[in-house]
Amino acid sequence: MPKTLAEKVYDAHVVRSAAGEPDLLYIDLHLVHEVTSPQAFDGLRAAGRTVRHPELTMATEDHNVPTLDILKPIADPVSRAQVEALRKNAAEFGIRLAPMGDRDQGIVHVIGPQLGLTQPGMTIVCGDSHTSTHGAFGALAFGIGTSEVEHVLATQTLPQYRPKQMAVTVNGVLPEGVSSKDVILAVIAKIGTNGAAGHVIEYRGSAIEALSMEARMTVCNMSIEAGARAGLIAPDRTTFDFLRGRPHAPQGADWDAAVEYWETLRTDEGAVFDTEVVLDAAELTPYVTWGTNPGQGLPIAESVPDPAAIADEGERRAAEQALAYMGLTPGTPLREIEVDTVFLGSCTNGRIEDLRIAAELLRGKHIDPDTRMLVVPGSVGVKLQAEAEGLDRVFTEAGAEWRGAGCSMCLGMNPDQLEPGERSASTSNRNFQGRQGKGGRTHLVSPSVAAATALTGKLTAPADLADAPVPATA
Amino acid sequence: MDAFTTHTGTAAPLRRSAVDTDQIIPAEYLKRITRTGFEDGLFVAWRRNEPDFVLNQPQYADASVLVAGPDFGTGSSREHACWALLDGGFRVVISSRFADIFKNNSTKSGLLTVVLPQAEVEALWAAVEADPSTPVTVDLQERRVSYGGHSVPFEVDEYTRWRLLEGLDDVGLTERHLADIEAFEARRPAWLPKALPALPA
Ligand code: SF4
Repeated sequence: MPKTLAEKVYDAHVVRSAAGEPDLLYIDLHLVHEVTSPQAFDGLRAAGRTVRHPELTMATEDHNVPTLDILKPIADPVSRAQVEALRKNAAEFGIRLAPMGDRDQGIVHVIGPQLGLTQPGMTIVCGDSHTSTHGAFGALAFGIGTSEVEHVLATQTLPQYRPKQMAVTVNGVLPEGVSSKDVILAVIAKIGTNGAAGHVIEYRGSAIEALSMEARMTVCNMSIEAGARAGLIAPDRTTFDFLRGRPHAPQGADWDAAVEYWETLRTDEGAVFDTEVVLDAAELTPYVTWGTNPGQGLPIAESVPDPAAIADEGERRAAEQALAYMGLTPGTPLREIEVDTVFLGSCTNGRIEDLRIAAELLRGKHIDPDTRMLVVPGSVGVKLQAEAEGLDRVFTEAGAEWRGAGCSMCLGMNPDQLEPGERSASTSNRNFQGRQGKGGRTHLVSPSVAAATALTGKLTAPADLADAPVPATA
Repeated sequence: MDAFTTHTGTAAPLRRSAVDTDQIIPAEYLKRITRTGFEDGLFVAWRRNEPDFVLNQPQYADASVLVAGPDFGTGSSREHACWALLDGGFRVVISSRFADIFKNNSTKSGLLTVVLPQAEVEALWAAVEADPSTPVTVDLQERRVSYGGHSVPFEVDEYTRWRLLEGLDDVGLTERHLADIEAFEARRPAWLPKALPALPA
């Protein structure tokens, strides 16, 4: 029977299957960070269990880490205790940890691909919903809760129910200045924040195939924002070229064997998807969100919507609550919304290509004097690469702040937070109430919109800048 | 995990859709390394900033059944959201639609998530708004939600129901299949990546 890509990867990892029970799925790689793991390690200890495969487990510090003074102990005692718990657990259970200050440290979803630990056809889990990022390599990668973290540590498996299959097809060529972030924001606006519940999404079509690995990661990253636990893209030349030569990628004869297998990882002709969504790339423009969930987004040329015009009572109430929180008036052109802060970073858009795109727009210019811009590389690797290319100087000369690697203002578990009522344009993935700091107001944008917005102080598309060089699409 | 068979308590009507787990418990409360004691973070922003918020109303202060709008528990995978609800005194959340990870986490921590059609959610909202002291019974054995002479069936898969009724720990169940895991491991290709030893870039 013809299978989808996700079904192939799923079936290749079924350890045991019995009627009326969930399948038991083998996990090839388990990524661990400080926030969702302490209770799982405590559970192991309490039951006298060990980590079954420390060598299939990789830990890093990302959510709590400060992006200033990164070589000093963490000032916040609660954050410090959590990071220290991870260090103690990693040492006790024999797990590799990339701590602050390590060359491999960074956001867990940035370092997996960077180290070549993320490969096509694998099952990858992490106690973090954005694990879907790794699906860009044709891996089945999904977020899990802390009880499941404990389960994977103990058994290297996870009970799972077969997901439903959704295809999101984006055909055609993206217009200049429109990025993969805009693609995924448009998809979520179309199907809603839980529109893909119960599904794995496969992104396909010529516009997806044309994307770089980094841009594909941006798309897969936000699958969870559409309610899907995983999103994936069939591996191809672009994938293999990205992987070749990375520290943990196969080498020599192993490489050939791996590529031979990876090339079979595509959806068969005639495979059936439960749900299909089709978008025309040519119709997409830069997207920004106006509300408090990632589905509340619109093309930047539009205006803040009027809740009174929404027929569905639940949706109308949701829009009213969102606008009250965001401090926005219906009918205001999105381009007139002024921001206080621009955040460039996160596991969605904190990779080298994202920084290059933003730097290109900022080169030789200065950001709006009333706007602060935080540039936070997704990993130490990205930071070093950017510095080797001189991007750090482009940012600082433009008036932006160049920081250490971590999650930072994506969720404000470290000191990088919005003040109550402050407004940001952020390249992260969640505009939930208070996500970037209590009372903070977030507009999700692409890296190029973030840079253009920093220059003007208002939500701005790169094409709005009179003298803008048109950036490469990503 | 505590077993769940049946529960009777009063219900709080949360008339909001797409309640994300950042609202259920914000990130700053996630720095703790314990598994209990998260009640202070439960819906904390709404409790602090909105005097009319349902859980600020004394008639709903002791509710143990939360009746929410569609798409409850979207966003972050934090299981702390389930722990905070349990710590805050809730045993059951009813909604017409849950986010996958939240629903999955709930079954691991002993919080029952019950899916009812939106029309039934509305009816329950109306009933507990008319009389907040209405006892609501959620019977997992019989798969029914009952209140004030009204009784609605709900669906739950047999395996999850069995696990919750017995209060069984997943890891223990999986360890019964160790031979299958070992057989699978023997078949894995040798070129699959290992995080150890660390390799230089
Ligand atoms: S960058 Fe943001 S979304 Fe990504 S892992 Fe960190 S906190 Fe989560």
